[in-house]
Amino acid sequence: MSRNLGFLFLILSLAICQAAIFEPVSDKHRSAALHLFRPVDGSFGSLEESYESLRTFEILGVKKFDVSQSTCPLVVKTLEASPTCSKDLFDALRVNRILRCEVEADIFEKIASKLQTGIREASSLLDFYYGVGSLGLIKEQSPETNVQLSDASTTFHSIKSLSQSDGRWLFSFGSVESSTYAAGTVHPGLALETLAGVISLASSELDQSMIGAVKSDIVKLFDSTERYDDGSLYFDDKLLDTHGHQGPISTTSAVVRGVTSFSAVISGKLNVSYQQLLSCSLACLLAFVVLCEMTIKFLLPGELLPGDKILGLARFFLGIGVPGNAKDLFTQIDSVACLEDNKISIPLILSLPATVLSLTKKDQLKVKVNTVLGSSAPPLTVKLVQAFSSDKKEIPVLENQKLNVDPESSDHSLDILSSNIDIGKYIFSFRVVLHESENKKIYATGGQTQVPIFITGFINVDSSEISILDSDLGSIETKQKLDLSGKTSLSLSANHLQKLSLHFELTTPHGNSFHPHQVLLKLSHESKVEHVFLVGNSGRHFEILLDFLGLVEKFYYLSGKYDMQLTVGDVAMENSFLIALGHVELDLPQAPEKAPRPPPQPVDPSSIYGPKQEIIHIFRATEKRPPQELSLAFLGLTVLPFFAFLIGLVRLGVNLKNFPSSALPATFALLFHCGIAAVLSLYLLFWLKLDLFTTLKALGFLGIFLLFVGHRTLSHLASMSTKLKSA
Amino acid sequence: MAKTTAKDAQDLFRALRSAYAATPTKLKIIDIYVVFAIFTALIQVVYMGIVGSFPFNSFLSGVLSCVGTAVLAVCLRIQVNKDNKEFKDLPPERAFADFVLCNVVLHLVIMNFIG
Repeated sequence: MSRNLGFLFLILSLAICQAAIFEPVSDKHRSAALHLFRPVDGSFGSLEESYESLRTFEILGVKKFDVSQSTCPLVVKTLEASPTCSKDLFDALRVNRILRCEVEADIFEKIASKLQTGIREASSLLDFYYGVGSLGLIKEQSPETNVQLSDASTTFHSIKSLSQSDGRWLFSFGSVESSTYAAGTVHPGLALETLAGVISLASSELDQSMIGAVKSDIVKLFDSTERYDDGSLYFDDKLLDTHGHQGPISTTSAVVRGVTSFSAVISGKLNVSYQQLLSCSLACLLAFVVLCEMTIKFLLPGELLPGDKILGLARFFLGIGVPGNAKDLFTQIDSVACLEDNKISIPLILSLPATVLSLTKKDQLKVKVNTVLGSSAPPLTVKLVQAFSSDKKEIPVLENQKLNVDPESSDHSLDILSSNIDIGKYIFSFRVVLHESENKKIYATGGQTQVPIFITGFINVDSSEISILDSDLGSIETKQKLDLSGKTSLSLSANHLQKLSLHFELTTPHGNSFHPHQVLLKLSHESKVEHVFLVGNSGRHFEILLDFLGLVEKFYYLSGKYDMQLTVGDVAMENSFLIALGHVELDLPQAPEKAPRPPPQPVDPSSIYGPKQEIIHIFRATEKRPPQELSLAFLGLTVLPFFAFLIGLVRLGVNLKNFPSSALPATFALLFHCGIAAVLSLYLLFWLKLDLFTTLKALGFLGIFLLFVGHRTLSHLASMSTKLKSA
Repeated sequence: MAKTTAKDAQDLFRALRSAYAATPTKLKIIDIYVVFAIFTALIQVVYMGIVGSFPFNSFLSGVLSCVGTAVLAVCLRIQVNKDNKEFKDLPPERAFADFVLCNVVLHLVIMNFIG
């Protein structure tokens, strides 16, 4: 019992998180395809690009471009060159399948026999893929050509031997390492497509146990699906390591192509004869039992995979929307086309033309159920299981309603006006019920689908009034009725001892209370200082009481005219409004010393880009200098004592008699005086231009020289004077 | 009274001049040099008093150069004077060499400071 309850909870929780809308392929995809695939000079480019464009237009049913003039010669040229098991040949045949160029029958014969030998000698999975794929295409285009694989069983075995226990497939027989792309792994989708091709080309019956093994591989492969919250399933290339294009879209697309083509051929074989049908059913039944044990998931007998998985994949591709590049659009459309007529289960997509419904316009709730490519679904009924408000999830607003079918447009509709549903945001959950029990095996509807829906309408605004109250007594001084739907221009006045009260009522068309997302009262002063107040409510009554005594500080003691503006708005409210109520003249007390100043108003953003104020540099003023004449006069004055000194010397009768008379001492004496003069000149140079280090170096040499000659001179003089004394 | 004071002063100056006349010529030369240096310094101080002390380092260099060399000259005079018994053994040539060396160092500093 508890286990059942847990299972129920799991299903419910999965159902609840699927609140998203998927739309089938529509005209949006057609216009995107016409925009993305544009022939240049009558051709789409290479054979691969041509195939992608032509295939997309074929699926979408667009017949606008005729490129056979330019593409057919390229196709015939490639077929005549007939490379064995190559991508070029494969692409050429794929293009030819759509264009039906004129190709001679013996060319097909030649290619087919070459391909049959090529497949026998093939060593890599891609060789098998292109070879088998090309043969399948020849079979389709030229039914009389012999394309049967005589040793299909061997080929099947050798391809199957490349599969690894972890679900990967080796690139070739040589590569042992399967963990990385460089070592060579191929996407399982390609391998499955190849195997499907081998089965369809086989001349004799294949071993059913082999097919059963591949089926279990597929089931194992689907264990590695990733899941989004909206219920879409996809394959991540990080796990499967694809060959060629990376990314979840191309990876999932490859799986879809492989699985659908495989299921197509095995069910095709099932229909061959009653005996085979019986044996295959038995095998499938066996496989089912095994799968049940492995996956603990609900499977119908004979089904390869549960329909929910296929629906999940379809949702993944439709959830992309309209891709912006050609490659993704082709991948999406091609995969969706594979799912459209697959033999496992055909997904049915529930979509809503409008999710916003207006009560005023008496909109009806419309639901469409289509296949992924937008074609009509088998007879069915759409049931509204539950609808609950997004605020109160526990109480459902509507339960178990059956939607009426319009036989012409096959739309399902429900009159929500007659039901008691009110304005707001809701989550509707639908269930698709197929009429014929046979169809239940063919189509996948995916249980409950949850859709968010907005119901909008006109909100009544009643008994709105504004009044000024005296604070101490609460007596009403002025009271005015307001017409919030029209234009009002109030003129009130109040002082800081009074209160302002605003009151109104909001009711929905059903007479219930309504609480909008925004109910704001804004007061803006002449100096553009603004104050916003939230208006609170109790039920349908909305009221705000502004006590100016408590607000003087918040108003920065700014007396004067305040403009009043009331905002009431909500997504579900059709008459959301923002109106100017008029103004109130406030008389507030003088601001005390320490009162906060009003904040500076935001500057005009365009002024940021204006010129900046010029920067003025202030330099230190130059010192006051004396007049030049005065300085020069004093310079002359300083020389005067020197002249006086010279005159004094002359008056004293100074002479140079003591100057050494003999040659050598005289030279030394002369050099001594020259040395002193040199030192003084060096000082003069130091003052004028030299630096300290140069001066000190020169002074060092001069000093030694001076010391030497000075010593010689002075010692000579000393010896002379001692001689004189002794004499 | 005043007359006697003036006469006493005159006598004093006369005695001073006669005593100074006996001073050797070498010392007189040094004395003139000191007076020359002091007067040069005084003129600079007067200039500073008139125009202000703006390049103060230059003013200091100029004045200290004069005062410094005057002080060194006085030192030389003390050493050269034969009446000073302390420096009896010191030859005047040695004293002069000191004077020259000190002047060289002094003026190196002055030149560095003059700016």
